[in-house]
Amino acid sequence: MSFFADLYAAPPALLAHAAVLLVIGPLMAAAAAALAPNARWAWMIAVGGSVFAFWMALGVAGEVARQGVVTYAMGGFAPPRGITFRIDALGAMFALLISAIAVAASLFSGHSLDGEIRPGKRSLFQAGFLLCQAGLLGMSATGDAFNAFVFLEVSSIGTYALIAAGSGRDRRALPAAFNYLIMGTVGATLFVTGVGFLYAATGTLNMADMAQRLATLDDNRAVQAGFAFIVVGLGIKAAMFPLHGWLPGAYAHAPSLMAVFLSATATKAAIYLIVRFAYTVFDPGAAFVAHFMDWIVAPLAGTAIIVCSLQAMFQTELRRMLAYSSVAQVGYILLGVAMGTAAGLTGGLLHLFNHALMKAALFMAVGAMALSVKAVKLTDFSGAARSAPWTMAAFGVASFSLMGVPLTAGFLSKWRLVEAAIGVEWWWAVAVIAVSSLLALVYVGRMLEVMVFRSAVAGGDAIKEAPIGVLIPLWMLAMASVWFGVDASIPEGLARASAAAVLGVR
Amino acid sequence: MSGPLAMLDVGAIINGVLLVMLVVLMCAIARVRNLLTAILLMGVYSLVMAVWLTVMDAADVAFTEAVVGAGVSTVVLLGAILLTRSETAAISWKAMIAPGLAVLVVGGLLVFAAQDLPDFGDPASPANAYVGKLYLEMTGGDIGAANVVTAVLGSYRGFDTLGETTVIFAAGLGVALMLGFGERAMSDRERGRMPVNVSAGEDHVVLRVMAKLLIPLIVLYAFYVQFHGDLGPGGGFQAGVIMAVAVILHALVFGLDATMHAVRPGVARAIAALGVLVYAGVGIANIVHGGTFLNYDYLFPPGVEARLPDAAHHNWGQHFGIMAIEAGVLLTVAATMITVFYGFAGRSAEAVAVVGGDDTHGQNP
Amino acid sequence: MSFVTSHFNYVVVIVLMMGGLFITFSTGNLIKRMIGLAIFQTSVGVLYISLGKVAGGTAAITIEATSEAGRALSSKLDPGYVAQYGVDGVVYSNPLPHVLILTAIVVGVSTLAVGLAIAVRVREAYGTVEAGEIAAADQAAIAQADRRKSGGRGR
Repeated sequence: MSFFADLYAAPPALLAHAAVLLVIGPLMAAAAAALAPNARWAWMIAVGGSVFAFWMALGVAGEVARQGVVTYAMGGFAPPRGITFRIDALGAMFALLISAIAVAASLFSGHSLDGEIRPGKRSLFQAGFLLCQAGLLGMSATGDAFNAFVFLEVSSIGTYALIAAGSGRDRRALPAAFNYLIMGTVGATLFVTGVGFLYAATGTLNMADMAQRLATLDDNRAVQAGFAFIVVGLGIKAAMFPLHGWLPGAYAHAPSLMAVFLSATATKAAIYLIVRFAYTVFDPGAAFVAHFMDWIVAPLAGTAIIVCSLQAMFQTELRRMLAYSSVAQVGYILLGVAMGTAAGLTGGLLHLFNHALMKAALFMAVGAMALSVKAVKLTDFSGAARSAPWTMAAFGVASFSLMGVPLTAGFLSKWRLVEAAIGVEWWWAVAVIAVSSLLALVYVGRMLEVMVFRSAVAGGDAIKEAPIGVLIPLWMLAMASVWFGVDASIPEGLARASAAAVLGVR
Repeated sequence: MSGPLAMLDVGAIINGVLLVMLVVLMCAIARVRNLLTAILLMGVYSLVMAVWLTVMDAADVAFTEAVVGAGVSTVVLLGAILLTRSETAAISWKAMIAPGLAVLVVGGLLVFAAQDLPDFGDPASPANAYVGKLYLEMTGGDIGAANVVTAVLGSYRGFDTLGETTVIFAAGLGVALMLGFGERAMSDRERGRMPVNVSAGEDHVVLRVMAKLLIPLIVLYAFYVQFHGDLGPGGGFQAGVIMAVAVILHALVFGLDATMHAVRPGVARAIAALGVLVYAGVGIANIVHGGTFLNYDYLFPPGVEARLPDAAHHNWGQHFGIMAIEAGVLLTVAATMITVFYGFAGRSAEAVAVVGGDDTHGQNP
Repeated sequence: MSFVTSHFNYVVVIVLMMGGLFITFSTGNLIKRMIGLAIFQTSVGVLYISLGKVAGGTAAITIEATSEAGRALSSKLDPGYVAQYGVDGVVYSNPLPHVLILTAIVVGVSTLAVGLAIAVRVREAYGTVEAGEIAAADQAAIAQADRRKSGGRGR
């Protein structure tokens, strides 16, 4: 995090409020986008709002690097009377990640919406996208348990309709979005039930205050059940196996903008809250927490990795393959989180960061290629390399990162996870990571084989190169995967600082 | 039981009876296959819930549940089944196994947790003795509102309420994305494909006269609820829904066409966004005047508040701050509920005509 | 026995939660699933509000202890109890869960509106709102597309 310590992104008057402006900026931009007279204005507001949020995230990161923790009391009321934002290294990392992906996605949306959404609805769509972003940023910044639920719902409610809007391209988006709504709401309600149990036991909703009071309540059965409810509820939103059923349909049929943005951020924010609750609010050393992590989360994560990699191999549609791959990657991340050590947490968070970049790039490339041709199955993308070389090259770079080829970010994070697993003597985890890497080679290899080496479908339209407005954010993301594979000081520094911040509280 | 807990006896019995009614209603809803019956039972469920909430001293929540749960939810559900089928398919025994198991696991976990939950009515439980009590003690000095729930909602936890307003706004956006805002029905009428003023009111003089009398009273009541929120039960959410109810009543009696000319869909959408901007704008104003986000003590520019009449005894900043954000909430909630109604009603305006006796049930334009 | 009476509310919470979840996951009809979801969400409200009830308390709207209403309330209670748990001579119920559930109710109706809007669109696209029939329609569409593709290449 030393890189950020010297970063003064904004004048001090603005930096003092950067924590709240991080969330309020996109929120007000969403309202403005809903008022926008046409789609072009709405797009500019979306880009502006996302860039503003990223700027504020940089400011917050700088403050966190210098002070350790940034707190902001809403309404001027000190906790536990009021709601506070509490951003430490972990929160800063997520704020940066989410806002950066949002910038890339908003740039992409200029072209992606043209083919998929009706003109009259585009400004509503951009408004929904900004609201989703605001909700996710709020989740990473808040220090109040119920406020986390509210922002969880802010990010989710618009999302369901945004995914269903993909019905213009494929009507299967509608039942997929409905399914996501049911599962997501069940998850959020389980989460709030868990918070209710914690409130019953501690009397407060402020996370730091709760953590202090929970230290003496390890035997309280309501607290233990509360932990289970919270992790399972968030697990549904994070697509933890076996509660991931909603994800493949939702990502495969959503409009490209949503697939790009959600695959990189939505599950990640839920994982952030899991880490926050498991490590900061609850004591990771408590027996029930450790047992839950070791005997439920870790095995499920391992199962997710193997099973979903296998399922990815057998899909015929390209987006579904990527979606199942996402569930497998969530398995990797949760494996690292469940280890309970700084090394495990660092590895998991690093993989989270890298996966966000590579998945966003992959979905963006697929969306870009599908702009010109109606392509759903993998075979529809045959010969893409010949007619859309730049787009395909970015896809290739990101997929190398997914496979874990050395010199890419994906390789580095998998390596860290292996190191961490050796550190806690989880030999089964090492085996799982090794086997799944082979499986990844197979399904990614299949993707590349069809798209690079086969010739285009006879009689069909050739896949056109993406417009420059799409190539720029796409290559930004792809190059990031390579850059952070060669010089991982920023993400690794962030991940390490996050792990230290979260584990050091105890 | 003796002492203060003896107080609970009558209240406890009523509490028990109402909760048992809720369980019975839930079982009935589970078993019934006709969706109209299920929806009406759901409306009764919400009403019983509202009564139970009143018994539990949750006046504001009861108000909101009655208006939102029994009112808006029933309207939206009815709108949905008018556009879809109204009987569910039978469920086989096999289909019940997996959900049954999942439900048993959740239930088991809940039973496990319930053992360590505090006794009902215990004033010394951590929940009731800590932050909750703090709000009761400090509201007078910090804010000066009589209704502590409004004080907590509007000021102490005002940031949550901003999130809540945003959720409603997002729902309005979602419904508008999915169902439009009635523009398809309006264009159908303009193209002559449909009768111009399809409404229930054409042949029903009594309905029309009563509606004309009631609608202004309903709007007045909405404003009453809005402004008395800090003195008694009430506030922006309830007022916003009541305002929307007036518009819905107008549409049901005088026709969607007439209502859409009075309250244009585009205007409704714009007002919803405006409400969110007003709320967030109050927070920004607080920052600009030197405080933190949503700190109403800095609502006015420095020095202005001290010069207001009776500044020593009234916390004008908090008072006007809460009024301003409640106004924002009113705008967004009313406009969103109207947008949602337009979405469902406008999708197939013939569905609205069902009230007048046409059986065009199930057809789509 | 007294354990059950002092925890009766939580028993009802458990039953309602299980019932709501069961309705949501056992039925295939999309509208009924939303109804089940609504029951599930409101059952959490019963949990929070039950936690906030204080024996002998009244709604959290400040009243003077010396006023008629205040004296009527306190007369039924033990003075020591009022002194210990009351604020300025009146015992109130906890307002914090009320605020939280107000938010939860609003979130619940928002979810309901969006869910039903999607269900309406499903009906328009598929002609049904039963999950089984929707899945069958999707399978049929995929099979038909495959047949068309392989039929085309054969020519």
